[in-house]
Amino acid sequence: MTDILLIALAMTLLYMSIANRLHTYLRILVFQGFLLFGVTYLTLTHINTLNLIFIMLETVVFKAIAVPGFINYIIKRNGITRETEPYLPNFVSLIIVTLIIIATIILSSSIKEINLDKTFFVVALSTLFTGLYLIVSRKKIITHIIGYIVIENGVFILSLAVGNEMPMLVNLGIMLDIFASVLILGVFFNKIGDVIKDPDVNLLQNLKD
Amino acid sequence: MVGIFLTGTLVISLGLFFNRNTFVNHSLLILYLVLLWVLGIYECNHLNVTELEFFTPDSLGILMLMAICVVSIAAFYHGYRYIATGDETPKSRGIFFAAMVMLISACSMSYLSNHIAVTWIFVEITTLSASALIYHHRNIRALEGTWKYVFLCTISITFVYVGILFLSLALKQTGVGDMSFESLYRNCDKLNPFWLKLAFLFIFTGFTAKLGIVPMYTAGIDAKDKAPAPAGALLASVLMNLGFVAIYRVYAIIAHTPLHQWADTIIIIAALLSVFVATVYMTRIKNIKRMFAYSGVEHMGLVMLGLAAGGIGVYAAILHVILHTFIKPTLFFQYNQIYSVYQSKSIYDVGNYFKYNKAGAMLMLLAFISVTAMPPSGLFVSEFLIFQSLFQSSHIIILFIVLILLTLILWGFGSNTFKLLFTPPVSIDETKIPKISPWESLPQYILLAISVYLAYNPPAVLVTLIENAVKLVQ
Repeated sequence: MTDILLIALAMTLLYMSIANRLHTYLRILVFQGFLLFGVTYLTLTHINTLNLIFIMLETVVFKAIAVPGFINYIIKRNGITRETEPYLPNFVSLIIVTLIIIATIILSSSIKEINLDKTFFVVALSTLFTGLYLIVSRKKIITHIIGYIVIENGVFILSLAVGNEMPMLVNLGIMLDIFASVLILGVFFNKIGDVIKDPDVNLLQNLKD
Repeated sequence: MVGIFLTGTLVISLGLFFNRNTFVNHSLLILYLVLLWVLGIYECNHLNVTELEFFTPDSLGILMLMAICVVSIAAFYHGYRYIATGDETPKSRGIFFAAMVMLISACSMSYLSNHIAVTWIFVEITTLSASALIYHHRNIRALEGTWKYVFLCTISITFVYVGILFLSLALKQTGVGDMSFESLYRNCDKLNPFWLKLAFLFIFTGFTAKLGIVPMYTAGIDAKDKAPAPAGALLASVLMNLGFVAIYRVYAIIAHTPLHQWADTIIIIAALLSVFVATVYMTRIKNIKRMFAYSGVEHMGLVMLGLAAGGIGVYAAILHVILHTFIKPTLFFQYNQIYSVYQSKSIYDVGNYFKYNKAGAMLMLLAFISVTAMPPSGLFVSEFLIFQSLFQSSHIIILFIVLILLTLILWGFGSNTFKLLFTPPVSIDETKIPKISPWESLPQYILLAISVYLAYNPPAVLVTLIENAVKLVQ
């Protein structure tokens, strides 16, 4: 069952690479949040109940509801256009993300390690690298943030793989989530809307040598 | 004491944030400095005594803590001058000093932490407080600098987190659940080499954002350029030390395993590229503040070379970091006086500084000699030892390349500095130049003097502390 959820998550990455509208991205983020909720419940069977409830609440409330909702609010408030504006055609993106997934599968099959569930490793790494790819291949600042959240989801999966032995690390990952999202979204993106009206990354290219 | 310090920091920074009264503001700052010094002296007398489970003042931590104690006095003095002469409201002043207090405290705590996760948490807090400092001017350029800094640092901190996860996988087969540095050193020979390699790569890459070397150095450059100079001085010295301490402690794990050679190669590649990048920019740069920032990239590259070369190089690396902590802030502090004379940070608009501010110009000349490691600079001693260690570890070609690059940097830095000091400026309205009191440069002279004193006549306690810190990796 865990494998099905994780593979579904890997499939959302492919969908993300060809999505044309920002709202599609947000729906995918919500879906990923719920998938992570399921994976958490099925994986972390050995940790104490209170901690499990806290982690699961974080996945639903934070990853699936609060962050996508807030991004939606920012998009509306700042009147950001709905296109994702990639630098590359969607078809190329699809191929690149597929290659990322294949590469991580090859990498993981070259590791001889009994302690690690390979599915976790593959999905986590491919999510991480897809997030990085989204950041470099999209024009808008808001898509950079979405890419970063995808990276965070990937890191969260990786932390679940060691979660039963070291629940402290999962909690640390949640702290990263909250820290970074508050920093990037809360404090900061509101300000960008105040200072510049069209949050396009091209406006932030003047600091150089 | 750590508990008292953390509570005190929280109370003082909240007080600074909400207070609008000038007198209360200054008293809170003095109170904080007293608290910081009490912490420093207390930890010196309680070497290797663990507090609150996660904080152990070992030799390396003590060295960095004492350095931050000294530098923060000067930073607060110049911060106070900066706010007093600038166009500031009580609110922006409050945010500025509260963020500075948070930054200094977070750095000191992560020097002392004995657990990789605790270090990680405090590094995240430094990002938060540094971003408040960088955004101080609230214009679009500052916004750009902050945005880039925050985004890159967040990605780096995620990298470090992934590295910690891999480290836990490496630890899994030993059956130990404790991830404190102490436990990692004890079990280092049982760690799984594959995961340890990955962990080191990710953690190293992540912390280079704070240390300021290739690959993540870019964030720091914009940050130091856009932050007010007293804050930039902190970012260029104590925050870089934080990156050094973090990488040093992780390197100490891998230094006792067969992967030692491999890690050295990675570090040497990153360090050499850093010196190269610094050279490329410093020979053509026209922005004074960014030039100082790139000089930091160069010095941290040299430090990492010393660390990777081993032998006397490790000792030299730590000495270099400490001396750099005293020298680099003087340049940033002096920058404020330069700016108040010329109202520009471009090298094209400045010149004949000796005519307008004698004490400042003299300091600029001395600081230039210090930072480029010409004798009698303190950095000369440590750089010489680093080169010696490179020679002994038979990295002759690397040594040769670095020496050529350093000569180019000397040329770039020198031509800009001499333009500032001696060449008459193209156009300047001399009636608008404010009178600058020579006493304002005094803290900078003292910092430079400390660096020379520490290098040529090191107190026995300093040598012992550095030698104990070196034992971590050798």
